[in-house]
Amino acid sequence: MKTLTLLTSGVALFAASFASANEDLMTQMDDASQWAIQTGDYANQRYSELDSINKDNVGDLQVAWTFSTGVLRGHEGSPLVVGDTMFVHTPFPNIVYALDLNEDGKIKWRYEPKQDPNVIPVMCCDTVNRGVAYADGKIFLHQADTKVVALDSETGEVLWEAVNGDPSKGETNTATVLPVKDKVIVGISGGEFGVRGSVTAYNMETGEQEWRAYSMGPDEDILVDPENTTHLGEPVGADSGTNTWEGDQWMIGGGTTWGWYSYDPEADLIYYGTGNPSTWNPAQRPGDNRWSMTVMARDPDDGMAKWFYQMTPHDEWDYDGINEMILTDQEMDGEMRQLLTHFDRNGLAYTMDRITGELLVAEKFDPVVNWTTGVDMDPASENYGRPAVVAEYSTEQNGEDVNSTGICPAALGTKDQQPASYSPKTELFYVPTNHVCMDYEPFRVSYTAGQPYVGATLAMYPAPDSHGGMGNFIAWDNINGEIKWSIPEQFSVWSGALATAGDVVFYGTLEGYLKAVDSETGDELYRFKTPSGIIGNVMTYEHGGKQYVGILSGVGGWAGIGLAAGLTNPNDGLGAVGGYSALSDYTALGGQLTVFALPD
Amino acid sequence: MTRPFTLLLAAAACAMSASVVSAADAVSMDDPNIAVDYEEGGRYFTEDGIPTFNVAEDGTVDWPTFSGFRRYHAECHVCHGPDGEGSTYAPALKDSALDMDYYDFVDVVVNGRQKVGAAENSVMPAFGTNPNVMCYLDDIYTYLKAHGSGAIGRGRPAQKEAKSETFSEMEDACMGS
Repeated sequence: MKTLTLLTSGVALFAASFASANEDLMTQMDDASQWAIQTGDYANQRYSELDSINKDNVGDLQVAWTFSTGVLRGHEGSPLVVGDTMFVHTPFPNIVYALDLNEDGKIKWRYEPKQDPNVIPVMCCDTVNRGVAYADGKIFLHQADTKVVALDSETGEVLWEAVNGDPSKGETNTATVLPVKDKVIVGISGGEFGVRGSVTAYNMETGEQEWRAYSMGPDEDILVDPENTTHLGEPVGADSGTNTWEGDQWMIGGGTTWGWYSYDPEADLIYYGTGNPSTWNPAQRPGDNRWSMTVMARDPDDGMAKWFYQMTPHDEWDYDGINEMILTDQEMDGEMRQLLTHFDRNGLAYTMDRITGELLVAEKFDPVVNWTTGVDMDPASENYGRPAVVAEYSTEQNGEDVNSTGICPAALGTKDQQPASYSPKTELFYVPTNHVCMDYEPFRVSYTAGQPYVGATLAMYPAPDSHGGMGNFIAWDNINGEIKWSIPEQFSVWSGALATAGDVVFYGTLEGYLKAVDSETGDELYRFKTPSGIIGNVMTYEHGGKQYVGILSGVGGWAGIGLAAGLTNPNDGLGAVGGYSALSDYTALGGQLTVFALPD
Repeated sequence: MTRPFTLLLAAAACAMSASVVSAADAVSMDDPNIAVDYEEGGRYFTEDGIPTFNVAEDGTVDWPTFSGFRRYHAECHVCHGPDGEGSTYAPALKDSALDMDYYDFVDVVVNGRQKVGAAENSVMPAFGTNPNVMCYLDDIYTYLKAHGSGAIGRGRPAQKEAKSETFSEMEDACMGS
């Protein structure tokens, strides 16, 4: 199965003295009957070896059992299954339930933190939380108010707590955490509040802070070695986190870190992406704004950066670079390569060498993407690795107080955080996408701590001259940079996908359908309408010798903001307004877990 | 506050199938909370001195209302949805601007409001210290009122009056630029 994880035993032994938690989690992840980490495995593949539910029988799937979370707002992430226990989380107030799978999901314990409700409106875009993590007999919860809590996985008892940020300055959390070795790696949200993004490592046993790497700032803040940390093979040099900013703007520079992280145990590197620079008005922050919008590879022991790649220098459209890095070992040009594949908000899918940071492929994964003509792939060029910006869609070149129209994709990106999956059997990536374009008018804003710091007005609408829907679910070939097949969807696909050895790919839709499609052809094999729209991620596990598929419903998140009232194209005539059906005609709020199985 | 137009809604609602019934569809432009009584420095007011919008027959909107469209979609729409139409968790402000008294509306924006309980986790933050909101609060209010009353549709107003000198001076003074 995962060549990546099989290769790690030597490394793990070598580092055995402090790697026990790492080994524990890796053992749990290697057991396909469990779902021990939100991302399926360290490589973020979201692939399961389970195959008793397969393309020949998935059409017979039935609901096995359900569980109401008791919370109404947007439900992202998924449950975990470790041993005979399922761990279910909720959006704010971030309740954690431990369900006993031997007793029909009886609640073994529950944990509900006390949080100041004032954190709610400082969270951009609903109160989502992307789930808990497990390692070494502990459940790790990263709350909305940035408190990181370690719970005893058997009892729910609090083992330690650490505070990662300050919500009164707009610092919040929506993401899960990544347990690696003897550390828990956590990120931060708040790019729309002028937060300076960072990634922080806490000691897994004590909760003590071990290191913090900011996305921008002086070298000692961003943990780089000017000589040895590289950008596309070249040393980044001194002051790389400040010398592409004007004045002190980097101090409120954004570049937050709220995506799904991955880890390569063999290379001993963690991977993640940084978000948009603050503000959304590019005229207020001249320069490339490094290292916002950047793929980062760091050493988990001390946080030191090995390589960076900035995808969208000087962002003009809010194309956060936080989406997940999916690690695969594949043949390319007759050679086995250790690859990293990333589907960016900016509409480009990148294939890179994850050891060296070399850029191998950068292609549009939605044909409507129009802000760039493509990335300069010539290593000899002075613009190597930079996207060529189309003047008509440049909100920087058009200037402040000018409305740039028809930009594709919209700010929510061709894909947002909803994670893609990868099947080693087909060597295809299955990607939930948005098919939405926008008008964008930047203007001057002033910064106040803890207040929104946006500086642009946006209108979003379904991609013009297309199928009329706002999403596609696609299969992507990362070696050739091509779409293999594409399923049009009425709404953005905001659910994380799951591929299995049963040749089936699962995903959810905003209307609330759980869908199963053929991993080879994309043909639909099954659908079931759950009680609310799906923005959670599909997971699978085995219990008592039987395979189950689980999904959280509960509409909300970014998708619930624009789509609840329907998106309209202000440039269309009155006749077209209202032609795009509102999500509120299909679904209402409500958090619920639905678990599927084949009939006995 | 009761308003005569809310009574007119029943007929309109019947034709709206699954749409949410809103106060918008039968608002009279003669309503004293809406009708323009006088203009001052490019901003329009009711006879009670409450800011209001002015939409010409050709659809040209007053500058402050246009400014409100822009500021709304920077500061408010990440919770309250595009065009003040509401989201899965925050109310449709195009209706609030009509249903609420102007001074109550201002009070909620400045000081915030919490509705937190077993079934609800609804919190409006206090924007009193945020110049990007406070310097444009009347603009945002008249924009929402204009859209909520049906005087302007969804999306960006196509035509607008020029920005007045008075508006520019007050804007610069307020934003400190």
